[in-house]
Amino acid sequence: MTSPVVTVSDRSATAPSGASGSTPRLRTPRRRHSPGRPRRSVLLTVLTGLVLLYSLVPLVWLAISATKTQEGLSRSFGLWFDSDFALWENISETFTYNDGVFTRWLLNTLLYVVLGAGGATFLAVLGGYALAKFDFPGRRAVFAVVIGAVAVPGTALAVPTFLMFSEMGLTNTPWAVIIPSLISPFGLYLMWVFASEAIPTELMEAARIDGAGEVRTFFRVALPLLAPGIVTVLLFTMVATWNNYFLPLVMLKDPDWYPLTLGLNSWNAQAATAGGEAVFNLVVTGSLITILPLIAAFLLLQKYWQSGLAAGSVKE
Amino acid sequence: MTTLQEPVAAEPRPAPPPTRRDRRSWTGWGFLGPFVAVFALVFLAPIAYSVYLSLFRDQLIGGNTFVGLDNYTQALQDDRFWAAIGRVSLFLAVQVPIMLGIALLVALALDSGRLYGRDFFRISIFLPYAVPAVVATLMWGFMYGTRFGLVGDINGALGVSLPDPLSPDLVLASIGNIVTWEFVGYNMLIFYAALRVIPHSLYEAAQIDGAGQIRVITAIKLPAIRGALVIATIFSIIGSFQLFNEPSILQPLAPNALTTDYTPNFYTYSLSFNGQQHNYSATVAIVMGLITMVIAYVVQLRGMRKGV
Repeated sequence: MTSPVVTVSDRSATAPSGASGSTPRLRTPRRRHSPGRPRRSVLLTVLTGLVLLYSLVPLVWLAISATKTQEGLSRSFGLWFDSDFALWENISETFTYNDGVFTRWLLNTLLYVVLGAGGATFLAVLGGYALAKFDFPGRRAVFAVVIGAVAVPGTALAVPTFLMFSEMGLTNTPWAVIIPSLISPFGLYLMWVFASEAIPTELMEAARIDGAGEVRTFFRVALPLLAPGIVTVLLFTMVATWNNYFLPLVMLKDPDWYPLTLGLNSWNAQAATAGGEAVFNLVVTGSLITILPLIAAFLLLQKYWQSGLAAGSVKE
Repeated sequence: MTTLQEPVAAEPRPAPPPTRRDRRSWTGWGFLGPFVAVFALVFLAPIAYSVYLSLFRDQLIGGNTFVGLDNYTQALQDDRFWAAIGRVSLFLAVQVPIMLGIALLVALALDSGRLYGRDFFRISIFLPYAVPAVVATLMWGFMYGTRFGLVGDINGALGVSLPDPLSPDLVLASIGNIVTWEFVGYNMLIFYAALRVIPHSLYEAAQIDGAGQIRVITAIKLPAIRGALVIATIFSIIGSFQLFNEPSILQPLAPNALTTDYTPNFYTYSLSFNGQQHNYSATVAIVMGLITMVIAYVVQLRGMRKGV
């Protein structure tokens, strides 16, 4: 009954899975046993370091730029601080500018994430469990249709969805953003792979023999076993919803319903409009505030989502 | 919608262990039902509606009339549409191999166990994935600026004049750089996760046979993660053909280089929301969807047959 989650964490010595306090003690002997442990290479580390720099420099630029005033942005070198340290002013101005519309966007984004990503994860977990653990008519067709649908361009869906939703009176309401966010084909796929490996069928059989109904079996037996997979899917649907731009762009006219992404872009664009005030320092600071929650979520939950992803990784 | 019926990469386990024949029942639908219902509302219904729209034309005189395949004929002869496809094809041919190549090399480096600070590398290179495309594009857009961006800083500091990344000649490469930055870490992680589940016994066997690092990579690692490579390629192709966010957000910075028909997706968006040509827009989107599916399908067939 070795679930792949365990297999993976066994081998990755530095990322022990699970909260079991005994893991560190087990690690040392296992490391000694691993045959021919390769020697660390400075050259390889330096070469990979180039990709690391590429990944981190823009984020460093963003963090440094958030400390600058509008004038400071243009007069100082991008990767170093300006004489004016304006981070706190920028943050407070970001939240108060234009009657605090940024706070409104932040709350909208949270609403879309909680209902959209939460709902998408719930549907994906239910569906993935069904695909992995039940045999039913039409099961194979579902995968084909879902994967096929991923290839359909966003606009092929956005235009007719917009027209449909506008007939139903849903455009320019939060529902227009939330309802399409409820479907995550990648989440369904990940949950399917994960559930088929993480839930022993014997355990379900045992629960049924003990008289548990299907719903009870799902909540009491399956759900706890699915936890790392659920965290993984939740994080990826969260990213998708938090970062969504195209869908709200099409569906929403009223800035009061904008998510952060759309709001930031409108601040950026207002400099180009006649008589519009350039607020690049707020765009930069707002951008930083926008990405921090997701980065924090990934960092805090990394051992869970990485084990979930490893089990869900495609293999032959 | 049946083009990709061969599940990409191994379908997760042949079938649920059909413990007993009579287990085959409708129970599973109770769990899958909610997903399928919403899926039908937000995917299938719009696709069907799109096909319906593409068969009509809204004319000033005569109103909404059925025109059969006329819109499709128009799309196939539309130079702006083909120019947009040409751009994303070029983008695809250059950006996707670079991005996946870097991602694969980093994944192999991480998996080799030869890096100092492996976990720091893995998580840091992945982080850009958590950055919204809007923020990534705004950020790179600022940095690209020759007047007060990083490019301008370098020009000033070194007394050189680097070419403007937002000029018509370079803007496609500049967009490629943004997309690469956003997704290198994500693809790296997919590859890395696939590498981690290769049974250790294979490496031990290879070691006994005296295989070197390179040989282990070509004979064991790459074949083992072929499924992951194919699926990453397919998703990258789909992503390239759907390119929209980056060019549309950069557009105010480079209005001459980035026209509203720069990519097929941008073109359909403009047709629909600036030009009110919903029917023609739906047609263009369908043609693009079909092209995407055909290419994804071909890649999948080749990838599954011949390996990487």
